[in-house]
Amino acid sequence: MNLLLLIGAPLLTAVAVLLSRNKAQVKWISLVGSVAQLALAFALLYAFRQERAQNNMSQMLFELNYKLFDSLNINFHFGVDGISVAMILLTSFVVIAGVLVSWNIEKMTKEFYFLLILLALGAYGFFISLDLFILFFFLEISVIPKYLLIGIWGSGKKEYSANKLALMLMGGSALILVGMLGLYFTAGHSFDIMTLSKTSIPANIQNLLFPLLFVGFGVFTALFPLHTWVPDGHSSAPTAGSMFLAGISMKLGGYGCLRIATYLLPEGAKEYANIIIILSAIAILYGAFATMMQKDLKYINAYSSVSHVGFSLLGIGMLTQTAITGALMQMVSHGLMTALFFAVIGMIYDRTHTRMTNEMGGLMKVMPFITTVFFIVGLCSLGLPGLSGFVAEMTVFMGSWENSDAFHRIATIAAAMSIVVTAVYILRAIGQTAMGPITNTSHLQLKDAAWNEKLAAIILVAGIIAIGIAPGWLNDLLRPAAEEIMNRIAGK
Amino acid sequence: MNEFLTLMKSELVVTAIIFLLLFIKIGKGMKNDSLLSLVQVLLLVNFIAGFFLNSTGNLFGDMFYTNPLIAFQKNILSLGVYLISLLCADWLKKTQHLAEFFMLMLSALLGMFLMISSNNLLIFYLALELATIPVAAMANFDLDKKRSSEGAMKMILSSAFSSGILLFGISLLYGTTGTISFSEIAAQLDGSSVQILAFVFLFTAFAFKLSIVPFHLWTADVYEGSPIAVTSFLSVISKGSVAFIFITVLYKVFQPMQDVWYTMLVILAVATMVIGNLFALRQQNIKRFLAFSSIAQVGFILVGISSNDYMGITAVVYFVLIYVFSNLAAFGVASVISEHSGKENIDEYKGLYKTNPFLSWILALALFSLAGIPPTAGFFGKLFLLTAGGAKAAYWFITVAALNMIISLYYYLRVVRAMFMDKNDNPVGKIKISPSVKLALLICGAGIVLIGLLSWVYDHIHTLSFKL
Repeated sequence: MNLLLLIGAPLLTAVAVLLSRNKAQVKWISLVGSVAQLALAFALLYAFRQERAQNNMSQMLFELNYKLFDSLNINFHFGVDGISVAMILLTSFVVIAGVLVSWNIEKMTKEFYFLLILLALGAYGFFISLDLFILFFFLEISVIPKYLLIGIWGSGKKEYSANKLALMLMGGSALILVGMLGLYFTAGHSFDIMTLSKTSIPANIQNLLFPLLFVGFGVFTALFPLHTWVPDGHSSAPTAGSMFLAGISMKLGGYGCLRIATYLLPEGAKEYANIIIILSAIAILYGAFATMMQKDLKYINAYSSVSHVGFSLLGIGMLTQTAITGALMQMVSHGLMTALFFAVIGMIYDRTHTRMTNEMGGLMKVMPFITTVFFIVGLCSLGLPGLSGFVAEMTVFMGSWENSDAFHRIATIAAAMSIVVTAVYILRAIGQTAMGPITNTSHLQLKDAAWNEKLAAIILVAGIIAIGIAPGWLNDLLRPAAEEIMNRIAGK
Repeated sequence: MNEFLTLMKSELVVTAIIFLLLFIKIGKGMKNDSLLSLVQVLLLVNFIAGFFLNSTGNLFGDMFYTNPLIAFQKNILSLGVYLISLLCADWLKKTQHLAEFFMLMLSALLGMFLMISSNNLLIFYLALELATIPVAAMANFDLDKKRSSEGAMKMILSSAFSSGILLFGISLLYGTTGTISFSEIAAQLDGSSVQILAFVFLFTAFAFKLSIVPFHLWTADVYEGSPIAVTSFLSVISKGSVAFIFITVLYKVFQPMQDVWYTMLVILAVATMVIGNLFALRQQNIKRFLAFSSIAQVGFILVGISSNDYMGITAVVYFVLIYVFSNLAAFGVASVISEHSGKENIDEYKGLYKTNPFLSWILALALFSLAGIPPTAGFFGKLFLLTAGGAKAAYWFITVAALNMIISLYYYLRVVRAMFMDKNDNPVGKIKISPSVKLALLICGAGIVLIGLLSWVYDHIHTLSFKL
């Protein structure tokens, strides 16, 4: 399969959106485009499994290599392994759901969808890039859409949040940039990830570059204490913006932490692993406890995201194959879950015009579909078996437990304890909003989900359940790729 | 004779245009509209002519030197002048002395051409003066505005001062080396303290022209006072040309003293980036704002120059090319708005997107390019400058530069926020954009989007500079 299709489809959609004449056209073009992306993602999955079934065990499949800046040895080098395929699937799920829930946006519809699709384009490009420069290009391409989406269509203190987000992410990028140039010159003028992964980099340089790259990507994925853009950014963004930010953009950071920082600089990773574990354990617990204090549904999900994303980073810090597989599963699972969570919150807010849990009650009676989905995603978040959250977190814990020393065990136990706190805040939020009598009589007139919202929710719920009851296929995708990473860490 | 014609063809074309304008002026004269169209066509011809018959060689006993890279640099400047003539058409049509304006501008351009091509301290000095004095006269072109004369006065005084310093440096250099030819000085340099002093004086003169901190103080006032056509000329064309010759002087003449100038360059680059950025944070007037932002951009250019090899040359030429498009687009939009509504404050740009979406998108694109955000070309330009600067493995230096990109993003976003997000009861009215301005803005927009993605532009510059 030609990977350029994955960039071509969103690019074409974006151009078509720009050229379209009215709002209806914009919406339908976007929808068709995102359906095409979903189809491409599934086609990629199928093609990938076919290749693997035929025993094609090369690390990257469907590689493409075009010269870009020849004199600087920068190339359009694309290729996918299991991790990329999983991330691309996740992206396409979130994109289609995001397009569907924004169906009724009235303000500057064309610009909204254009920016949304540009954001998706950046994500697809990022996940298939095997050249650091191109990867960085696609990472940065999302700065403008994120800023404008929050600033123009957001709510609350949107300008502040948009600024904070753009500047903090730019700070992360600055660190990545320095680390990237360091790698470039150490490896004798190459940005190519595959080349770099075969280069042996002196340990002292690894120890210098690893923090730059890990923290740089860490900012994108809410590494404690650089997570502060998350609550503000997510809560101010429009629904689809939050979904994209939490569902896709944060995963770019996690992917970078693993693929770039840990994979290319294994000695550095070993050196700093304990610090990563401490920080992510703090993030998990702090995020959970901070969520307890929130009354705004979006803030609840934003802080719980900090906590959940902590599991991914914890898994990476544990440096075992199972833990890394679990970390990747958590990224996929959290991406779907949090996108769904924000979608549901958006639907509730569109109807009740409030996001405060204490101003709602008994919504189950008026909108059974929305609240049922809310239930499902809540249960997924607290790790109910049968849904994706359980599978991912369980794998992380199992992998962490493989480290037999006290430090790793204590960190694992501490992280695991957060699940109890998660249960408290999730059940309380659901109880306050969905259960009990209807406190506000005006809520009696509210309507349940429309077709577009139902479709968006069903797509994401399907993803969550598919991972929850049949995690094998995801595991088959991720585990061999994680093994490659472990091989380099183990120095094989 | 034939060699004279081909090697000096850029200079000759510009001279011919100047004389043509002179004849038109002293003859019957022309209406402003038709004269402007004529000048635009001539400048376009000048730009296109720059692509042909480029060869390497020297003239006048090694005083004048040119090669394809230098021809390319001249062409960037020609393109810039052509774009300015389009962008500021509305203002130009209203000036009383259009012919004189272009005679001055083209004289300055001629000076820059000679300066880039100079291979001798004497001709370098003469050309530098030719490139400066007409600009001071141009800065005074808003005859009824006091600020305009004030700006011109400041400019002429500070450039006279820097010329004095330059001459002093040149005399010291001549005293110790016994030659004023670029090719011969390098062999005579031994790093003695007098030579270092001479170098410091020369460097100071360059720092004045490039507005490197701490020699930047004239910049903001002059930029604010001058008409926007002149401001954009100063900030793009002037800066670009001085950056080009600065590289030649450092790499060719002072190569033996590279340890000395590397340290100076690094310190001044950091100071320029930081101070330029910090001052830009608080500016209200869009011209002052762009003035400080251009100071910060020069800091980044210095990062690229510090690499001391062909990678640095390539990165700087490439960056200046992108900078021409980005900065001229920004100034162009500012010029249109100022011309139609008289508004020059960033706060007055609030709600601009509602009334003028085209202008807002172009300005936003230009600012993102200046900030170095992809997919705009500025991203590539900045990144290659940093890559060039990183070749010496000075990680902290690159880190400081990268962190400065965050500060600069903050203030560029301020303008974007004003245009797209902030509400305003009294926004700039709907502006009817004249065709030539629209054309120029579209060219700039296309340049900003495409120059980065079309990688052969960079590779072409690389081939040109690698051959040196």
